[in-house]
Amino acid sequence: MSVTQLGMPSVGVPRKGFFTDTSLCIGCKACEVACKEWNDVPADTDLQITGESFDNTSALGANTWRHVAFIEKQVPATDPSAHDGVKWLMSSDVCKHCTHAACLDVCPTGALFRTEHGTVVVQQDICNGCGYCVSACPYGVIDQRKGDGRAFKCTMCYDRLEAGEEPACAKACPTKSIQFGELDELRERADARLVELKERGEENAQLYGRDPDNGVGGDGAFFLLLDEPETYGLPPDPIVTTRDLPAMWKRAAGAAAGLLAGAALAFWGAKK
Amino acid sequence: MSPRRQKEEFTSYYGRPILKEPTWEALDIAGYIFAGGLAGASSLLAAGAQHSGRPGLERSAKLTALTAISASVVALVHDLGRPDRFLNMLRVAKPTSPMSVGSWILSVYGPLAGATAASNVLGLLPRAGRLAGLGAAVTGTGVATYTAVLIGDTAVPTWHDAHDVLPFVFAGSAAASAGGVAAALSPVAEAGPARRMAVGGAVLETAMSMVMERRDHLSTETLHTGKAGRLLRLSKACTVGGAVGLALGGGKSRAVSALGGLAVAAGSALLRFGVFEAGRASTRDPKYVVVPQRERLGKQAEAQENGGQQPLEKAQPQPQRAGQGEGAGVSAASMV
Repeated sequence: MSVTQLGMPSVGVPRKGFFTDTSLCIGCKACEVACKEWNDVPADTDLQITGESFDNTSALGANTWRHVAFIEKQVPATDPSAHDGVKWLMSSDVCKHCTHAACLDVCPTGALFRTEHGTVVVQQDICNGCGYCVSACPYGVIDQRKGDGRAFKCTMCYDRLEAGEEPACAKACPTKSIQFGELDELRERADARLVELKERGEENAQLYGRDPDNGVGGDGAFFLLLDEPETYGLPPDPIVTTRDLPAMWKRAAGAAAGLLAGAALAFWGAKK
Repeated sequence: MSPRRQKEEFTSYYGRPILKEPTWEALDIAGYIFAGGLAGASSLLAAGAQHSGRPGLERSAKLTALTAISASVVALVHDLGRPDRFLNMLRVAKPTSPMSVGSWILSVYGPLAGATAASNVLGLLPRAGRLAGLGAAVTGTGVATYTAVLIGDTAVPTWHDAHDVLPFVFAGSAAASAGGVAAALSPVAEAGPARRMAVGGAVLETAMSMVMERRDHLSTETLHTGKAGRLLRLSKACTVGGAVGLALGGGKSRAVSALGGLAVAAGSALLRFGVFEAGRASTRDPKYVVVPQRERLGKQAEAQENGGQQPLEKAQPQPQRAGQGEGAGVSAASMV
């Protein structure tokens, strides 16, 4: 069991989360804007056009806590005389607030912590910019802010939650693609929505990060996708790296003992 | 390489990486790992020397350990985004954070290595100095090996895939570098154990890194190609060449001992830089994330089917995709 479980709300406060239903996303980027505005997140670079559909933000990072992906998926025509079609896939990505959060596990200063809502937040007055969380995150979410040196990511609007408000992105979403609430309730809602979409013929519809038995113990922010996760730039089966940590410490202890024995051996038979 | 490696068809989001590249600078962190290994294993040599009457070897190993650990602490602090907050490392003690564990090991080892070197050079409190030397030797084994856990405990494919062999690669490499430097800096007559440590470490380093490079992980590709591949090939040439030189002529000639020792140490440093660069490369290409995870999911699905379980989804023939006009916001309407 990961230590990130410590502090997970067990009494009283239910765990909060996001359910992002990408079948409802219209790619308006209101979530990106609302997040930047509320959290005072600086611009990343000067205006740049990537040529990747309508996505000029490209990825989550220290200065992008919500990121809307745009995929123009080719759909081959069934009739040979017709033109191929395009299927639009849009999805607003965010920090997953993992149950077993690698960033939190490896943080050497305790700057990353589990809040009373079950979310994962960086205390900016503690972070010393060691960058360990950046390499530990299996989703590539958290990053170091250039010029500042500290690590930043989505806080699920910790300040708004304290005031009983929903996060800025969920508030701004005009189609309820981003839904905020109690995680258990969101999971039920997502299950029902999946059944509905499957019945409508969305064969590839799938829940991502919903399963509490997955490699990160379930995500506090999970998704309904209309294609495979990697199409959206998400890892298909991420595993928290600290799952293997006990084995690593044992190996390292073995190697350290071997070093000691080897050094003794080097002196044992040596002539003077 | 197995045949499946030929195709590697996978989907990505405009070819963009999934993981973030490590924020660490090669000189700081690969340099830190090398210097930590050099320091830790040098303290082992120094402890052996102080108890077997080899004052020349003792002096040089203790000074090497102190110099290396000082350099490594400077590199570590330099690499922080907020160097002025480096003391926050000792704010908590977290076994789940190898960096936290490492900081505590360093904060015990550093003063011990400093004290034993100071005592040796200044001739003060010789008994306490020797005791500190023993303490430095024991904690030094931790300094030399915990760094494998440090980088293994990440989502970086090459590093994490190597997590079970990396402690032995680094232990061998640490012994090789300390033995090599001591063989170069100490009188030939006293440096026998240092040469043996250098040769033994070089053998372990080479054998274990060959194991690491030849396993059936897609990420091992990054250890053979590009900058990392070049660094690791050069590393092997230096390590093997230096070790052969030390074994054959190290006991006879100071020049051969110095040259061979430094070559082995250089090979050890190049190994750390090579492993560092390979890890970096594995975060830049999404295939090292997507392909193995897809394979894992495929195997799980296969095992589930073989287990005789019913597939969860009903096998219904479905006509077309979600219809147009079925409600606002259904974005999946195909535009055929």
